[in-house]
Amino acid sequence: MGAGHAHKLYRRGDSPVHGLPPHTKLVAVLGFVLVVVTTPREAVWAFGLYAALLGAVAALARVPAGFLLRRLVIEIPFVAFALLMPFVVPGEQTTVLGVPLSIPGLWGAWNILAKGTLGVAASVLLAATTELRSLILGLQRLGLPSLLVQIASFMIRYGDVITDEMRRMSVARRSRGFEASGVRHWGVLAKSAGALFIRSYERGERVHLAMVSRGYTGTLPVLDERPVARAQWAAALALPLTALPICLLALLG
Amino acid sequence: MTTAPSLDVRGLAYAYPDGHQALFGVDLTIGRGERVALLGPNGAGKTTLVLHLNGILAAGAGSVTVAGLPVGKKHMAEIRRKVGIVFQDPDDQLFMPTVREDVAFGPAAAGLRGAELDAVVEKALDRVGMAGYADRPPHHLSFGQRRRVAVATVLATEPEILVLDEPSSNLDPASRRELADVLRALDVTVLMVTHDLPYALELCPRSLVLSEGVIAADGPTREILSDEELMARHRLELPFGFVPGSVA
Repeated sequence: MGAGHAHKLYRRGDSPVHGLPPHTKLVAVLGFVLVVVTTPREAVWAFGLYAALLGAVAALARVPAGFLLRRLVIEIPFVAFALLMPFVVPGEQTTVLGVPLSIPGLWGAWNILAKGTLGVAASVLLAATTELRSLILGLQRLGLPSLLVQIASFMIRYGDVITDEMRRMSVARRSRGFEASGVRHWGVLAKSAGALFIRSYERGERVHLAMVSRGYTGTLPVLDERPVARAQWAAALALPLTALPICLLALLG
Repeated sequence: MTTAPSLDVRGLAYAYPDGHQALFGVDLTIGRGERVALLGPNGAGKTTLVLHLNGILAAGAGSVTVAGLPVGKKHMAEIRRKVGIVFQDPDDQLFMPTVREDVAFGPAAAGLRGAELDAVVEKALDRVGMAGYADRPPHHLSFGQRRRVAVATVLATEPEILVLDEPSSNLDPASRRELADVLRALDVTVLMVTHDLPYALELCPRSLVLSEGVIAADGPTREILSDEELMARHRLELPFGFVPGSVA
């Protein structure tokens, strides 16, 4: 879809991974994540192989490790919970450096950490190689209801417009000597939020008017209907299809 | 093609649901290829009139005819294609994520697809001098560029009449001139709603004055702007130092 909407997760490039149709990548990531969560947690080696697979995809997409790792930070709140588990889960105990830890808790923590990290890494890779707009078009091709597609499209289009309006309101407040410094000022902020909502709502009405004036009858036209070559599907699905035998081996083992 | 005028409004009256009457019997005719300015003070009913032209508002009394086709439920899709309204705020007009998708919206809604659609989009953007910006998101363009893309979005459906709501508002002088060049080069009927009287004089040989819900004057723009008594009666004022007679 060319330039634009360069969100922070996206990394411009023309690698084979960037070039794949978005909906094939969505299916591939979903498939991969399903395979990963199905894998028994005791098969530590399998998770190593999955990580290696993602590493290979990242290399193919020319996404540097640092870029990927920095974006994994989003996982931290969930990791914090996982780190508590060895201390609170009842069961057989073991001692590491004099600290008593629960063995089922350790396995539980490992399970969350490994599967979570792999899932997040796969999603970050998807976001790094697919523009936001293309992702929505991909979801549309996968049959996401038109109404949800439209809502998401308008969020992309008007996110910046509304953020800008919010910024202007904040500048106007501060220009008149208002600095939000405590609970007593929340009332003012709440009123600003209300005003922003009403402005956005009214903009929505004007946008709708403009849409109706140009022949809108309830659906956005789908412009990109290029058929997808079997080879592209095969390339995208290579990731989950390679992961699947690893999972099966782990289940049997 | 038909020889009917691009736009014919007869006895148009309208009251809003809250009882406020905005139009009291508007009569006007705009011939093919004419460029006409619609002048009038705030609250004169200009926007209300514009929203009748493509059937967003339905006439309380009277009729609107576009190129011989009566505005009404029966031909709504065709009417909306024939009447291209460019709204004042391009952020309202440009609602798709990229310029290309936005310009394609109208023709695609009319059923165009593939190479044919691409050609229409290219041509419309070319007519407003924005051909190189098809893949940009609208919010990365300057205000003047957005206004021109907004014009392209309605040109793409090959309208019978282009209706512009305050086309020069918020434009810097260079963008204002660029838009004027674009509008002058178009071979389509134009109705321009504006408070920018020098702009009306520059672009439109003929002007209509809408005041208190009726057409109060209809004539050559220069004559209207030079009629001080008429201007004062309808709260129209020229910018300081501007003398219509002195402009070539």
